[in-house]
Amino acid sequence: MTMSPPQPPAVPGASAPEFEEEVPEVAAVSTAAPEVVADSLIDYIRAWGRKVRSGDSGVLPVIGALIIIVIVFQVKESKYLSAGNLVNLFNQMVVFALFAMAEVFVLLLGELDLSIVYNAGIGATLMAAFVAGPYNLPWWVAILIGLATTTVIGLLLGTLITRLRLPAFIVTLAGFLGFEGVMLWLFGRFSIALSGTIPITNKVLTDLVAGSITPVAGWVTMAVVVVAFGVYNVMRNIRLRASGLVTAPVGLTVLKAGAVAVAAIVVVTICNINRGTPTFPDRGVPWSIPILLAIFAADTLLLGRTRFGRYVYAIGGNAEAARRAGINVSRIRTVAFGLTGMMAGLAGMMYLSLLGSISSDIDTSYMLYAVAAAVIGGTSLFGGRGKALHGILGGLVIAAVYNGIDLMGLGAEYEYMVVAVVLLIAITVDSFARGVRRAR
Amino acid sequence: MDMAVSTQGAPVQGLLPRGRPLLELRGIQKTFGPVRALGGVDLVVAAGQVTALCGDNGAGKSVTIKIISGIHPPDGGQIFWRGEPVDIHTPKDSAALGIATVYQDLALCDNLDIVQNMFLGREPTKFGGLDEAPMEMAARRTLADLHVTTVRSIRQPVSSLSGGQRQSVAVARAVLWNSQLMILDEPTAALGVAQTGMVLALVRRLAQQGYAVLIVSHNLNDVFEVADNVAVLRLGQMVAQAPAAQLDRQGVVELMTTGTVGGQPFVAALTPANGSVEAQP
Repeated sequence: MTMSPPQPPAVPGASAPEFEEEVPEVAAVSTAAPEVVADSLIDYIRAWGRKVRSGDSGVLPVIGALIIIVIVFQVKESKYLSAGNLVNLFNQMVVFALFAMAEVFVLLLGELDLSIVYNAGIGATLMAAFVAGPYNLPWWVAILIGLATTTVIGLLLGTLITRLRLPAFIVTLAGFLGFEGVMLWLFGRFSIALSGTIPITNKVLTDLVAGSITPVAGWVTMAVVVVAFGVYNVMRNIRLRASGLVTAPVGLTVLKAGAVAVAAIVVVTICNINRGTPTFPDRGVPWSIPILLAIFAADTLLLGRTRFGRYVYAIGGNAEAARRAGINVSRIRTVAFGLTGMMAGLAGMMYLSLLGSISSDIDTSYMLYAVAAAVIGGTSLFGGRGKALHGILGGLVIAAVYNGIDLMGLGAEYEYMVVAVVLLIAITVDSFARGVRRAR
Repeated sequence: MDMAVSTQGAPVQGLLPRGRPLLELRGIQKTFGPVRALGGVDLVVAAGQVTALCGDNGAGKSVTIKIISGIHPPDGGQIFWRGEPVDIHTPKDSAALGIATVYQDLALCDNLDIVQNMFLGREPTKFGGLDEAPMEMAARRTLADLHVTTVRSIRQPVSSLSGGQRQSVAVARAVLWNSQLMILDEPTAALGVAQTGMVLALVRRLAQQGYAVLIVSHNLNDVFEVADNVAVLRLGQMVAQAPAAQLDRQGVVELMTTGTVGGQPFVAALTPANGSVEAQP
């Protein structure tokens, strides 16, 4: 026990002047989210600059990296930015993004699911097999069977991890090995499986990626979604401001809505350019994009606007605090693993549609791409920070590299090496940001 | 346990009048195997006053607050709440009475903002989604009632706050949820001078608004700056409880180390007539 020298007691009473805290306040403000401390757009940019310097850089560096990647590949290969290749790139992105969004649920908890690729493979196998003979089930029944199975598998892994307190890394590694066995076993049971491959025999499943919305329908849908998004956000901003609640500057909300509109117009324009031949035209937004956006919207609402989502972030931030706040930590973690399984099933569905068939030698590098895409997009490996949007941004980066290297005919060796470097950079940034936060 | 969101930031109504005993421990005993941690501890915590619990390492301070907050059930003795005998077996029992314990680690989620932390686990919902507006308004009112004015935005993550501000958020969360007794475990241990001053001012303000505060501290400067009453534990025995004015640092140090003051046991008696704690000369 240490004793301090006696000093005259200073009793702060009701009349005592308000305690001013000069230095700590400056330090505190420097890293707060810019949109909550800024009153105007200029303020916002200043606050954002402080946040970037503290290591939490948001999404703009990812977009910057994406632009650099696109320029490099376009210089090397002029077909890179052609409509046909870009639509192909978007479809590849959808699969990467869905796998990454699957991983975000468990990354937010500070966990990792290594089994998602084979879980997705099981789902895709069931979908492809049940639309074919002798079952001939409707496509949506087959999809529901596949998704239900992958969700139950995720819940099962989550139960093992939370109830038996086993490390997620080991349990999902066992899943990675075991589910490949399950997939092979399924291939032995379905008569449609020939030489380790089940082809899609249903047009709807094929059209998830290969089918397109007509150009006019694409424009109309896009206009409705963009206007609804913009109006909703601006109205919400105005309403919050009127109630005296904290909200982003109106200018920023308008700017974000504008950026979304520009991105949407660019994507729809690219997709509506004829990418077939004059005799056999092929144009329109592929179904995969609105499907991805619908899943993204549901995911974002779940994580951002529900108690479940809030508790996922809380557990990732401080599990003990969440437990003391009365949150059923085991249940939330189990459900998060279940959602990872469901998202893996959706990724498997798009993977099946993209390839046109499912084979037992599924590309396991998707598992690492999923984690890489989430981290590149800005999700932390250490839990508590991440969004569905990060899956899409990171998925775009991975798809841009994957597609470009493939287009240049460089082969998988370069693809792996480039993605590895990008992943290392992203994790370095993540660790650095965490270090800065910890050091405070 | 779902409690309605208080429309007043500080639900000062419903609190006992200042000076009346809110919590009373009588003859509380606790043993862990062969170790007797508490051997019949008496303690009175009065509403509207700050009671400091002092003692050397191993004196039983932690066990005492863990018994009050329901982490350890006592082996013997009786706890009284507003004069009524009560049993506290679990943290839920303690919280249901209106006791909030702010441990040294504060139990905040760094990645969540101030509002999210204050409502964690008790968020109101509307149409299945989180209802943010009433949360933000109630949190803002509570912080304003406690004069916590240095935070730039209540929507900034707790990770961006200073130590004193974090302590304030943890206390404000307890106030928001209608707690009547705040137990603060070493609230200034990790803080610098300016931050300590901020937290001590907050502690005084809590007492002025009618809350009972039980503060555990090693720092006797802090104790004599804020405490109305001082209780001294030594080897699982309460060796003194008296108004702060009747003790000084030297006396408390002697009591903590030898259990006596000037070689004589410190004699204190409760005078239930006025509910306050008076020392007998």
